[in-house]
Amino acid sequence: MNKLKFAFYWGASCGGCEIAVLDINEKILEVITLADIVFWPVAMDVKYKEVEAMADNSIDVCFFNGAVRTDEQEHMAKLLRKKAKTLVAFGSCACDGCVIGLGNLWDKETIFERAYIETPSTKNPNAVYPKTSITTKEGKLTLPRFYDTVKTLGQTVDVDYFLSGCPPPVPLILQAVEAISKNELPPKGSILMPSKSVCDECPREKKDKKLDKLKRIYELQDDQESCFWDQGVICMGPATRAGCEAQCPKVNMPCTGCDGPSPGVVDQGAAIISALASIATNDEVINQAVDPIGTFYKYSLANSILRRRVIKK
Amino acid sequence: MTEFEPVIIGLTCNWCAYAGADLAGTSKIQYPPNIRIIRVMCTGRIEPEFIFDAFRMGADGVLIGGCHLGDCHYQEGNYKTALRVSITREVLKSLGIEPERVRLEWISASEGKKFSETVKSFIEEIRRLGPNPLKGAPEA
Ligand code: FES
Repeated sequence: MNKLKFAFYWGASCGGCEIAVLDINEKILEVITLADIVFWPVAMDVKYKEVEAMADNSIDVCFFNGAVRTDEQEHMAKLLRKKAKTLVAFGSCACDGCVIGLGNLWDKETIFERAYIETPSTKNPNAVYPKTSITTKEGKLTLPRFYDTVKTLGQTVDVDYFLSGCPPPVPLILQAVEAISKNELPPKGSILMPSKSVCDECPREKKDKKLDKLKRIYELQDDQESCFWDQGVICMGPATRAGCEAQCPKVNMPCTGCDGPSPGVVDQGAAIISALASIATNDEVINQAVDPIGTFYKYSLANSILRRRVIKK
Repeated sequence: MTEFEPVIIGLTCNWCAYAGADLAGTSKIQYPPNIRIIRVMCTGRIEPEFIFDAFRMGADGVLIGGCHLGDCHYQEGNYKTALRVSITREVLKSLGIEPERVRLEWISASEGKKFSETVKSFIEEIRRLGPNPLKGAPEA
């Protein structure tokens, strides 16, 4: 049998998804028997030019992690879309924008201001900002252009499959690789994760109590058995797709929503707002929810209905 | 330049506010045509997604009309809506959309007059706020 060709790429991401690939441990050897890895910037020295020179559709599967926030990432997304038969949005950044997407609360100008001027550790008296190109005596140097808005992979190019998570859970990665090897992938556009919510995998007991006070996690004396909501703590589980086997609630941390919206939900934040409002007993409870965007949209702002904050110039 | 004509999406419950709007019509009470009414069975059916969608699609304001508290046909739909709307407003504020663009009003089936007055005053308020800031906002 001819070996498959795999590619891995990272856009705007933290690198955790790359680690998740290695977290499949010795199974990586099986992947290598199954496929040749033709492009993987984190691990191999293959230049963009060499990818450009590959024939269209010559890569069987490209796993793309990271969101799209610079023109370099957009270029690579479009390039890999052309070169790969199957493009998988791998991880929360590629699927929903993830924490990187919270950058959509600001724009390029405000982010640069903060990063290159205001941060206490920065000394920049001449207010020098990164430029996209500069000519020095050695020649022209370039940097990618930074966009105002973080986009998901799906908002940039046509995506075949989605596998979210921050990072994607190892069993689901293995399942996906197995499906690829057996040529048993579901219909295009599918999410390679279970069609249920985190609550379905969570062992904690739910009694559907009404809420008259919200607690933050540090105020909680967790009984380790009952649902976080019943104990007055916001948990993103009901609005979040399963696949992680509720690993956070199992170690006494409420779900923060990294697997993306649960089945049937478009806007993860909106869904949890509905849930919170349905069990809160009064407005006071609502007001106790600190940082609504950072809590309800921690991983999905860039893929929410409104996508970003409008900044009036 | 033509004057800004707000587009208002009205989400009204079948049992009260929608009937109130109907009464305004049959009683020939006039109000400006800026509102497009969508009937839902109960305001409790209105998810924050509906409100975000309305703004994404270009509405300048969203008016939600339901039964008076205690009168909801399904008992507590409107209590839930009231809480939902208040968090939704918070989220809108964080995303740069004026929370005043969402108004919640309790209007009974016999309050045709109140319906038309509410619509009129809301249109005026939206006129003051100007067009939905998402219109013409740069994409990337
Ligand atoms: S039926 Fe009117 S608000 Fe519930």
